[in-house]
Amino acid sequence: MRTALVDRPIDVTALANEVASASNGASVLFIGTVRNVNDGRAVTGMEYTAYRGMAERELAAIAREASEEFGGSDVVVEHRLGALELGDASVVIATAHPHRGAAYAASRYVIEQLKRRVPIWKLEHYVDGTREWVDPTRHAAHASPGAETQS
Amino acid sequence: MQVTVLLFASYADTLGTSSIPLELSSGATAGDALDQVRSLAADALPSKPLLAVNERYARPEHVLAAGDEVAIIPPVAGG
Repeated sequence: MRTALVDRPIDVTALANEVASASNGASVLFIGTVRNVNDGRAVTGMEYTAYRGMAERELAAIAREASEEFGGSDVVVEHRLGALELGDASVVIATAHPHRGAAYAASRYVIEQLKRRVPIWKLEHYVDGTREWVDPTRHAAHASPGAETQS
Repeated sequence: MQVTVLLFASYADTLGTSSIPLELSSGATAGDALDQVRSLAADALPSKPLLAVNERYARPEHVLAAGDEVAIIPPVAGG
């Protein structure tokens, strides 16, 4: 198990290799990327910041919980900070287990808890040159069914 | 006793700083620290923002010790 905040592009293949082993029959790779539209506004890029010490602590706790709850799944997570462009991976979660059910469940658990608990914030840059801190609680307040948020 | 309040993202922008040293009387809580920050800039913060003490989520009733790091946490948006 390993979790990290990184200031460079995430090497997706390296994370997949890290959880792969002869006993793991299933690996699941979740890749969250910067999307070009949010809340109906055209996005050109994103800047991620964190309360670094606490974010590292929370991320590690979440990975531990996922592993404990889902059959000792191997869990590796990297979240990127700094300036990201469209399509860049902001978070990659690699999970692996002898069977797929636990690997999928662990992956889902990590991303949902991460979005709820890890103190990371993103400043969205829009086509018109303005910037705004993303507030998922405000978004949720007027989200309609099917208005699924991204990673 | 002295504690440090940390601000992030939109809260840091609104208050124009990311760190505020506070002098509090002994027995003061995280909520007291929040109230002091709020008195510096009314309306800059929501009524009940998330709080952390020394990198762990904490309730407003959490009693502080000298040197504690109190963070006022805006809605998180990782992923």
